[in-house]
Formats: sequence, structure tokens, C-alpha cells
Amino acid sequence: MAEMTYRDAVAAAIAQEMERDPSVVFLGEDVAAAGGVFKATVGLLDKFGPERVVDTPIAEQAILGAAMGAAMTGLRPIAEIMFSDFLAVCWDLVANEIAKTRYMTNGQVSLPLVIRTGNGGGVRFGAQHSQSVENWAMMIPGIKVVAPSTPRDVIGLLAAAVRDPDPVLFFEQKSLYATKGEVEEGEIVDELGRATVVREGRDVTIVALAAMVPRAQAAAELLAAEGIDAAVIDLRSLVPLDVTTIANSVVATGHLVTVEENPRLCGWGAEVASIVAEECIFDLDGPIVRVTTPHVPLPAAEALEDAAMPSPERIVAGVRHSLA
Amino acid sequence: MTAVYEAQARCEDIWETLLDSMLRIRYFENEVKALFGSGLVRGSTHLCQGQEATVVGACSRLRPGDMMASTYRGHGAVLATGASPTAAFAEILGRDPGLCGGKGGSMHFTDLTHGAIGSNAIVGAHLPIAVGAAFGAQHLKSGAVSLAFTGDGSTNIGAFHEALNLAGIWKLPVVIVIENNHYGEYSPLAATTPISALVDRAKSYGIRGEVVDGNDVLAVRNVVGEAFDRARDGNGPTLIEADTYRFEGHSRSDPGKYRPPGELESWLARDPIERFADLLKEREIAGTEIVEAHRQQVGAEIAAALQAAKAAPEPQPERLYEDVIG
Repeated sequence: MAEMTYRDAVAAAIAQEMERDPSVVFLGEDVAAAGGVFKATVGLLDKFGPERVVDTPIAEQAILGAAMGAAMTGLRPIAEIMFSDFLAVCWDLVANEIAKTRYMTNGQVSLPLVIRTGNGGGVRFGAQHSQSVENWAMMIPGIKVVAPSTPRDVIGLLAAAVRDPDPVLFFEQKSLYATKGEVEEGEIVDELGRATVVREGRDVTIVALAAMVPRAQAAAELLAAEGIDAAVIDLRSLVPLDVTTIANSVVATGHLVTVEENPRLCGWGAEVASIVAEECIFDLDGPIVRVTTPHVPLPAAEALEDAAMPSPERIVAGVRHSLA
Repeated sequence: MTAVYEAQARCEDIWETLLDSMLRIRYFENEVKALFGSGLVRGSTHLCQGQEATVVGACSRLRPGDMMASTYRGHGAVLATGASPTAAFAEILGRDPGLCGGKGGSMHFTDLTHGAIGSNAIVGAHLPIAVGAAFGAQHLKSGAVSLAFTGDGSTNIGAFHEALNLAGIWKLPVVIVIENNHYGEYSPLAATTPISALVDRAKSYGIRGEVVDGNDVLAVRNVVGEAFDRARDGNGPTLIEADTYRFEGHSRSDPGKYRPPGELESWLARDPIERFADLLKEREIAGTEIVEAHRQQVGAEIAAALQAAKAAPEPQPERLYEDVIG
């Protein structure tokens, strides 16, 4: 085991896959010579050279078009969209082209590509560099949606995404880049669509994603002090969604609280709540509670952004509401 | 003109292929118009009668492994790669043996076996993809060229410019052919575009630009052939503006009444098929009777293709759920 940052895990994951498979190429704005604006891809250019680690113009449609076209020729591209907010600039490529091509061509064309992107708030960037947009992606048939919460999972899930036959949107939470975690030696590769129960508990199930996972864990600690035993599930991917792990836990605890960084309307927690209501409503002993950011653009000011983001205290309040 | 292209301009070796391909597209589109007109097919369709020489001349340069991306006015381009007219009709009719099993429809013909990597219904969106295919070819050193057709209207959309910029900076093996039919949907070019020579767009991306008479199949074949040679030799992309005209309206619901009196007639007088027939006669390659035999033969082929497509089964309901993911 070695300790590694979430940031360094990104470069380690890309390196692991590029060493294994010569068809993997990596492209994006300032990803090569500069090592990425978040320094998450430092060293890759030196290791793999400019033919495989490629700087692009600031042109997101061109980046995703390059990735898609290259995937059609047999490469396995990893494209970086620097901030997930910029996906709006190239959303046509994501939603109309990349997601739909396998279906519209009747399976003639498959697109094994990964779009990595810095997602989420908590870093005072303001409303156009702070959004959590995994919901945008989740509602489109044909793409997979992944968001790791730990350095180890960055490696395991990014490796799985690269090896997947379908396009994967890989959300790296910006507020997690500096966090550290234990990472085992050797190759790491996970399976997409497997949630992790990061804390067992009997009284309530808290379902979280990415940066909300450590906050849910912190909330569980606070609840433990009150004698409430909370289970915490790290979803790790929204598509595929591990309904079995969620349902098994909810059946055992009788209570569900979802914790989302994204704005409230049509957040992924609503989908999870809907599934649980359909599948296990008679196992529920209290209301399903969603903890989200309010339905506002994220402000830059520290006091306002902190007020918007779900805190351990708000999660605790949500749990109390479900248990009341 | 190099010796090899002079030889090809005489076209003894390829005239039948070019003629048949243009006739195939013309008759195919005429039948599609009838299908939609009779209400047998719903949705929309975008016909390309009048533009056959551009797609046929350009696609005659494709080799196995090359890739071709087209617009929603893409029946002609995909047929010009050699795709089956029966499968193309079946796609439009929503039948199981369609090019895309009926899931694509009129605007989304794809036939990978012939290098047709997709027909896209979002204006300009296929251009970054075609450039990406060229990036893949360059990276893999496969020697393949990526060919993309695009409309005059698409030269004002962002994706066109991002694509040309990337093609220029990376010197990619891509050839982009603007089918300038002088209308973006219902609007004349001058109403939407501040320059009249669309090829000038190439200059600001450091790309070579060429203009060609898009209704002259041999001229298109030559200029595209030279562009393909440059691309294969590592000398980068070419933007080609082909001057042409669609005889029909923009889509099924458009009778094209915005066209000034006499304009259609002047272009009908430049019908690419009749011009090629005249040239064959003039050069004593094929006389009227021989060309007429080709018309009959291709006409019968298209009639049989339509009949076969109409007889084909619809997709089974479970196909709805297949190929969303791999």
C-alpha cells in the first residue's frame, strides 16, 4: 500500500492503461506540456510522447470530435474537458453523436472512449466553473457515468472506463484532487456499476457520490455519537446504477437519505428515490430524504458557496427527518 | 494537370461506374420523393437530385479503409460509396434489413462495410468527427483518408471552424467538400453569409482551398483525387467548394418557392447526368443508345431494390432495446 492523492491517481490510472494498451491516446487542453491545469496529468507527455499525449486548441467540439472519430478507427481515446461546465459547449457531441451512434448505426459503430472532466464546487470558482453536471449525462441513453470518491477508485474505475466498449463520462471532483488515500500496489481495475458500502449500519442508508461520500461519512460519525447507526453507500457510478446494493441496504435499514452536490431539480437522488419507492416502498419506515444544493447557480463567495453545499450537519438533519 | 489525371479525365476506364452511380442516386431519390409524397413514409427527407456529380466524383476516390461522413442530405453520398440501394430503401421504410436496421432513418445512413461512417442530422457536427477519424488514421499511419461532405450553410456553424482549425494545426489527412447548393434550408447564401467564395474559409486555417464545378463529375473526381494524394502523402487537408444545386426543396415539406423565376431552369440545363452523357457522346466514348441502355438497366435495378425493400420484414419489437450499449 502507498498513500497517493486523488490528483496523482489520475495520472497513475492513465499511465497504467497506456502502458497496457498502445491504442490508448490522451488529448485535451494543456494536458501534455503543462500537465493539466489541475496537475492531474503531470509526467504523461514525458512517458508516452507527443503522439499519444496531445495538447489541443481550446475547442471542445474539436476535442470530442477527435476522440469520437479516432475511436472509430480503433483507438481508445481519453479526452479531457477541463471543467465539466464546458461540456455545455460540446454537448451536441456528447448527447447527439457519441451517446447515440451505436444505436443509430444498429451496432455497426462502437465508441470505446472516455471523457474525463473536472466536476463540482467547493473551490470558489463561481457559477461557470463549479457545477456538478453528472445529472445532465445520466439522463441520456448510451453513455455511462462514473464519479470516484477516492484515489484508489480513480484508478480502478478509470481503468474500467478505458476498457469499456462504450463511451464513459468520468467525473473527477475538483474538491477531491488534493485528498489522499491508500492505494494498493500493482494493476487496479474495477467493474463499472458496483457501488461500495463504505460503512455498514442498521438504522439508515445514506447514498452519496464523489465529494459527498466523505461528507456522508462525517455525518455518520456525528450520528454515531447520537446512537444512530448509519450505512453509507458510495455509488461510484450512476450509469450503470447498482440498484441491488442500494435496495439491499434500504430493506435492512428502512430509511433512505441521498446526498447530491448538484442542484435539486431532477438530481440523481430523485431517480434513486423513485427506484426505491417502486421496488421497496413497503420496506420503508420513514420518508425518503434528499439532501442537495438548493436550486441556484453556485455562487463564488465562500459564505454563500458553503451554505449551498450539503454539509455533514445538513445530512444529519436529513437523517433525523427520515427517522422522526 | 498531371499525366495521370489527364488519363483519368478521358475516363475510359471509369465512365460506366460514374454514370451508373449518378443514375442510381437520381432514380433512388425520385423513388424516395414518391414514397414520402404518397404518405408511405413519415418523417422528413432531404433529397439531392442535381448534386449527384459532387458525391459520385469525390467518392470515386475512396479506397478500402478510407472513411466518408455526410450530412442529412446523405443518400447520394452513401450510395456513392457502394452501399446497397435495397438496404437504403429498407432503412427509409423502417425495415429490418435496412442499413441501420431501421433505427437511423433517412437522415442517418451508415454503412461501415463501404466506409460510410455516418450521416449526421446536426448541421456541421460530422466535421469534427471526420477530422477525428483523420487523426486516428494519422496516428495509426494507416494511410487512410477521411472525406466529409458538408453544406454551404454549415460553414457558419462553430463545429465547422473548430474542425478546420484542428485539421490545419495537425495537418490531418481529411478532405472536406462543401456542396454549395446556394441555400441553407430556405435562405439564400447571400442572406446568411458575408462572403460569396466559401473556399476563402480555408485561408484562415492554413488549409489549401479549391473550387470546382460540382456538376462536372470528372472535374470533381480530379480535384478530389489530387486532394486525396496530398492527404495520403502527409501534406494535410483540403477544403473544396463544389458549386452545385438541389433540384428539389430543402426537405419533404418545402416546395422551394423562394427560388427566383428561372433559377431552377438554368440549373436543370446544367444537369450533371445530362452533361456527362453529352461529354461521353462528344468524346465518342458512349453514344445516346449506350447511355440509354444504362438508364434502363439502373432504372430496373432501383425498381427491383424498392420492391425487395418493401417486401422486407419490419424489425422485431425487441430490437428497440438492442445496441444502446455494448
